[in-house]
Amino acid sequence: MSSTRTTPPSPPGTGRSVRRPGDRVFAGTAKGAGILILVILAGVAAFLVVEAVPALTAPAEDIPGDRGLAGYVAPLVFGTLLAAVIALLVATPLAVAIALFIGYYAPRRLAQGLGYLVDLLAAIPSIVYGFWGIFWLAPKLVPFYEWLEDDLGFIPLFAGPASTTGRTMLTAGLVLAVMILPIVSAISREVFLQVPSLHREAALALGATRWEMIRMAVLPYGRSGVIGGSMLGLGRALGETMAVAIVLSVSGGITLNLISSGNPSTIAANIALEFPESSGIDINTLIASGLALFVITFVVNMVARAIVNRRADFSGAN
Amino acid sequence: MAKRIDVSDLNIYYGDFLAVEGVNVSIEPRSITALIGPSGCGKSTFLRSINRMHEVVPGGRVEGKIVMDGQDLYGPDVDPVDVRRQIGMVFQRPNPFPTMSIYENVAAGIRLNSKKMKKSDLDDLVERSLRGANLWNEVKDRLARPGAGLSGGQQQRLCIARAIAVEPDVLLMDEPASALDPISTLAIEDLMADLKERFTIVIVTHNMQQAARVSEQTGFFNLNGVGQPGRLIEFNPTEKIFSNPDQKATEDYISGRFG
Repeated sequence: MSSTRTTPPSPPGTGRSVRRPGDRVFAGTAKGAGILILVILAGVAAFLVVEAVPALTAPAEDIPGDRGLAGYVAPLVFGTLLAAVIALLVATPLAVAIALFIGYYAPRRLAQGLGYLVDLLAAIPSIVYGFWGIFWLAPKLVPFYEWLEDDLGFIPLFAGPASTTGRTMLTAGLVLAVMILPIVSAISREVFLQVPSLHREAALALGATRWEMIRMAVLPYGRSGVIGGSMLGLGRALGETMAVAIVLSVSGGITLNLISSGNPSTIAANIALEFPESSGIDINTLIASGLALFVITFVVNMVARAIVNRRADFSGAN
Repeated sequence: MAKRIDVSDLNIYYGDFLAVEGVNVSIEPRSITALIGPSGCGKSTFLRSINRMHEVVPGGRVEGKIVMDGQDLYGPDVDPVDVRRQIGMVFQRPNPFPTMSIYENVAAGIRLNSKKMKKSDLDDLVERSLRGANLWNEVKDRLARPGAGLSGGQQQRLCIARAIAVEPDVLLMDEPASALDPISTLAIEDLMADLKERFTIVIVTHNMQQAARVSEQTGFFNLNGVGQPGRLIEFNPTEKIFSNPDQKATEDYISGRFG
């Protein structure tokens, strides 16, 4: 106490400022929380690397499938990305449309109820989605897949032969799309509602219709938020285990054919299905595939951040 | 082209609440009309009713008539969107679109009105509008930079350029200089003197000196108490309002006895 008293007052910004206990406690807590995240991340990464090393160094014939680690992991990586990309392509436009409807078109009372219902989708356990996908959605999609094969079969994506059970990569992607819909639409809704009325009125005063106002002021302002929400959704889609494990009929390797019954599995679903019957080097192989998923998630997030930052000057944050 | 506005028996409501009552006024073309009065007296509400912006607030509606050169702005088949394309508006706080460059901000209104325009024509129009807003020399080297990176006064002039780019008949200004420093305020006032050659200008201001400096006509709004509707107490040439007003309330307000 006495030392701070004797310090002569200095002009702001030049000397050491007075450190109050409250500030110190808060700064310490915040710093600790930040460091904790890094420690946890580093711990997970270290665990994955250490456990994956035996698989990384093992001869090719020891790895399940006898095609080496790369041959084992590559189809899984491909399947994971394909299912997640389908989910994202389907869910993002739908989520943005839902968010715009709730925020700018629906009557207030309907909007609240609808927002609540969409949020409720997030509370459904993924295994329920899996059952819904395999028992309800997949059979319903079979005629659609047959139509795709007959009429759009010249596109490699729909080459067929169409699955008779409907347990295809496209079905898995659609189930994932429904699963990530609530998080993407909830975040989109929040950012759209945060568009300052000043900017909305600027567009309206220029003679914009409601849709033009949305295109001019709301969507550009909410762009980074929508991307952020999509990335959270993508994270869930990449890591989703049970729903994919139940829905997807797995056999064969890398293919772009979305409607046949021969599909690559995804990393997470494969781990869930194989782990109970694995031991020794097989487990290390599965963990190595988990390491690949970890890296993919990291890269995806960095790319998303780069996209958002590319036009940071125009974000409206200033 | 600049047009005159005739308002008769105008009542403005928000839901059931009567915000402004019984306005009768004629606004001359190619002149500046100032609206003054204490906070909450309805002058901004009245201003926003001229381009139907008050309808943006749920429940906003009017009774009575606003006629612009014979065209009833509240006619049954009139689209508020069309009204706003003819009557531009500048807001209290500068609000350039943060996601757009300076150039795109000025071109925003044109892109709404006529989708097809040759690049060179658009370039000309953007330059003309920015020159019209006395901003060209300051921004001509950074048209692709974000509009939000300018100073407050520059942003407000950018908003004026955006509003005049679509060649409106009338320009409404809702306290356009109240968030600006004195130098920027002066720049805006000089600009208004230029703009009144081409537009009918209506400005709401809290700054009585500003009203006295820039306007030809002045309207004084007042209200009897909280929850009471605002009324147009007096509308006269600015000189008369500030020297010899007809109403006692106007004189009290001007001389600083209340408000």
